[in-house]
Amino acid sequence: MTDAGTPLAIALTNCAKTFADGTRALEPLDLAIHAGETVVFLGPSGCGKTTTLRIIAGLEEPDAGGKVLFDGIDVTHLPIEQRNVGMVFQSYALFPNMTVAGNIGYGLKIRKVAETQVKARVSEMLAMMQITMLADRRIDQLSGGQRQRVALARAIAVRPRALLLDEPLTALDAKLRDMLRLEIDSLLRSLGITAIYVTHDQAEAMALGDRIVVMEHGRVAQIGKPREIYQRPATRFVAEFIGTMNRLTGAVKNGVFTCKAGSLAWPEAPANTTEILFRPEDIRVAEGRETTGLLGKVTAAFFLGDRTRLFVDVGEAQPLVIESTARRDFSHGDPVGLAIDPRGLLVL
Amino acid sequence: MRHEVRRLILLLLPAGIFFAAFFLLPMARLFFIGGSGKTGWAAYAAIITDAHYFSSLLSTLGVAAATTAATLVISGISGVFLQRHKFPGNAALVAMLTFPLAFPGVVIGFMVIMLAGRMGLVGQVTQALTGEKLVFAYTIAGLFMGYVYFSIPRTILTVMAAAEKLDPKLEEAARSLGASPWHVLRDVIIPGLKPAFISAGAICFATAVGAFGTAFTLAARINVLPMVIYTEFTLSANIAMAAALSFVLGIVTWLVLAVARTAAGSSVAAAG
Amino acid sequence: MKRRGLFLLQLGFTLLVCAFLVVPVILSMLAGLTVNYFIGVESGLTLRWVMEVWNGYRETIFLSIGLSLACLAVTLVLGVPTAYVLAKRQNALTRTLEEMLVLPVAVPGLATALALIVTYGSLSGFRTSWAFILVGHVLFTLPFMVRSVLAVLSAIDLKTLEEGAASLGAGFWPRFRDIVLPNCRQGILAGSLMVVTLSMGEFNMTWLLHTPFTKTLPVGLADAYASLRLEVGSAYTLVFFLMIMPLLLALQAFAKPRPAKFVAEETE
Repeated sequence: MTDAGTPLAIALTNCAKTFADGTRALEPLDLAIHAGETVVFLGPSGCGKTTTLRIIAGLEEPDAGGKVLFDGIDVTHLPIEQRNVGMVFQSYALFPNMTVAGNIGYGLKIRKVAETQVKARVSEMLAMMQITMLADRRIDQLSGGQRQRVALARAIAVRPRALLLDEPLTALDAKLRDMLRLEIDSLLRSLGITAIYVTHDQAEAMALGDRIVVMEHGRVAQIGKPREIYQRPATRFVAEFIGTMNRLTGAVKNGVFTCKAGSLAWPEAPANTTEILFRPEDIRVAEGRETTGLLGKVTAAFFLGDRTRLFVDVGEAQPLVIESTARRDFSHGDPVGLAIDPRGLLVL
Repeated sequence: MRHEVRRLILLLLPAGIFFAAFFLLPMARLFFIGGSGKTGWAAYAAIITDAHYFSSLLSTLGVAAATTAATLVISGISGVFLQRHKFPGNAALVAMLTFPLAFPGVVIGFMVIMLAGRMGLVGQVTQALTGEKLVFAYTIAGLFMGYVYFSIPRTILTVMAAAEKLDPKLEEAARSLGASPWHVLRDVIIPGLKPAFISAGAICFATAVGAFGTAFTLAARINVLPMVIYTEFTLSANIAMAAALSFVLGIVTWLVLAVARTAAGSSVAAAG
Repeated sequence: MKRRGLFLLQLGFTLLVCAFLVVPVILSMLAGLTVNYFIGVESGLTLRWVMEVWNGYRETIFLSIGLSLACLAVTLVLGVPTAYVLAKRQNALTRTLEEMLVLPVAVPGLATALALIVTYGSLSGFRTSWAFILVGHVLFTLPFMVRSVLAVLSAIDLKTLEEGAASLGAGFWPRFRDIVLPNCRQGILAGSLMVVTLSMGEFNMTWLLHTPFTKTLPVGLADAYASLRLEVGSAYTLVFFLMIMPLLLALQAFAKPRPAKFVAEETE
């Protein structure tokens, strides 16, 4: 389905942004986005992800010295009207004075496409987003999910070379978000378009991104595939921002890590380790008569159907979080033995 | 984006040029002309130093103050009443009370004559009741009545908007503590409406100070500042004095309205 | 009950106030239709005075209508772009500009008119044309147009809508035409009504600015009150009321706010 132009490769070199009131929104950033890939900018509010998106879009200009390249061509000083990127805004920015069909066809009208072709393309978009019955509705007659679909249809109708999405699902409730996330994912895949997606929701990022750029305070903390980011976080911030992270403090001697809860054999332990981090799925409760070096006490247990989420006190500041698939009941105060998979251990 | 700033400036130019040419420049010229007469810059102090001007200033301020007081009481009672009690015909009453909003002072002066002039309704009624015809259209009392007439529509809208925002729970709390309706009015409602009263009152005052049409229609004998300025200009050809007085008048009204705006920030509709 | 008594008292008071405002209007209108005001309605109703007004003063009616329409045109051209700029930028400069625009409303019409006369009075071509009066009217009504349009533009997220249009390739003028103007239609309409109404009724400035050849309706009224029979003055006032009433009613209809709609998600 050739619904988009040839995918775009985007490069940012030395892009920083300081606003008129002095706020430093972005530190100098270098980034290469490959044609056809979906890159997700992830981070808490104020981290610079939206600023970066707007620089790529052409709504902001980077500070002097920064460059934005589309397929190697310098577009830094080109305004958004001439960049041919499709953009979906957090508040959708649908035009209240036009119908749904009018909104979707607007970009084509601006490009002076013939009326019949505009109609055909608008029908195509309406069908693709499954909103054909909404064609003549006004914007204030649409629900949030419907507006989202219209915004997507409008952005794609002009066959943009890249699609930029600024937190498109943030304004929706959880169930709708899950459903639309799937739709957006399949849409991006079928279009084969270069997509840049901004969000603060790490589940969204992990689901949609080919690569994730984790940002904090205007800087890039880590770039990588979802699995890398999750299993090999480069900094403490990334480790704690994505998913849940458990930690144990102690010391290493002769390949054994000793902490309040006991000891753990770990031959590859780096010498000066004072703290180890690991995910809830890399620790399990000892079964039957199994003995392990670590002991703790259950403080809370939540049966979630397919697993039990346990909070176990091991003498640290925070209890450990364990996703247990053991078929047994846990109650407050139960002593449990703990086994950790050393492959999941991290030191930062 | 430099282009954007340049474009915004270009968009402002038409209004800006018009305003500068037809208001700023003339006002500056007025200021200088005010100081160019026989008495020079002392003309600006004449409003206080000259007995005639000073007395007209006092009359003007007096009428404006009386108008404001009366209007606020009337609009306060009627406005709050209409806002709080929904009954059939409420909307019609509101419409009747607000539609004279854009009547020019001239017409209001005429209506004052119809009511209180020599053949006026009031005269006929009082003649029938007491044998003496009450005629006050051509006095400051007639002016006062006219000013109240055009002030009520303006203030009542502001009062009603503010009354809408009053929290009924405050009154319920007062009543639960034993407050009589009068106490509720004095201690809860009036303090709650104070900002609206200040802002509407200032607008009312400023409009009454600068009103011309009504006084003009009721004859030039009435001694308020706008009439004095007019006679200086047309009959005495004393342009400098007229300029100085009107400039001072302009500053006074602008100041009063600036105070009103900081107290409430709503828009102004003036005529009169 | 005490509350009922209080209600009736307030109702009575309000009705009195309404009467105070409405009765003179009715009286004035009636007087214009009676054969002899001093005798009263018993003398019969007639259109004679209205015809006299039409014959003697119809140019004033046309001039007032023409002026208010011209005033509308000028305030649209000057005011809509100004409102747009004020909506896009809120800083000290634009706030000052807004304050300044309101000055001709705050300052007595007398002063503004005098200022215009002392500055441009010597340009006799300008001074004796209706354009001179038009300038005064525009100065007085412009802030109302600007405020009205600005109110509507401030209520929508203008910035994001324009960015949305820009992302689809629309340059400045297409955006202005397709997005900005259609979305401030309500403000333009309300502002237009206000401008026309105020211009029709403007007197303070117009009295000083007019010449015997450029008389507007309110100016004609003042003339008639001073020099003619009460009945003619009343008939003239009646004509004025008939012209301005529809405008005022339309203005009131506009003031009613519309409730915001909430659309729930459909279970798809």
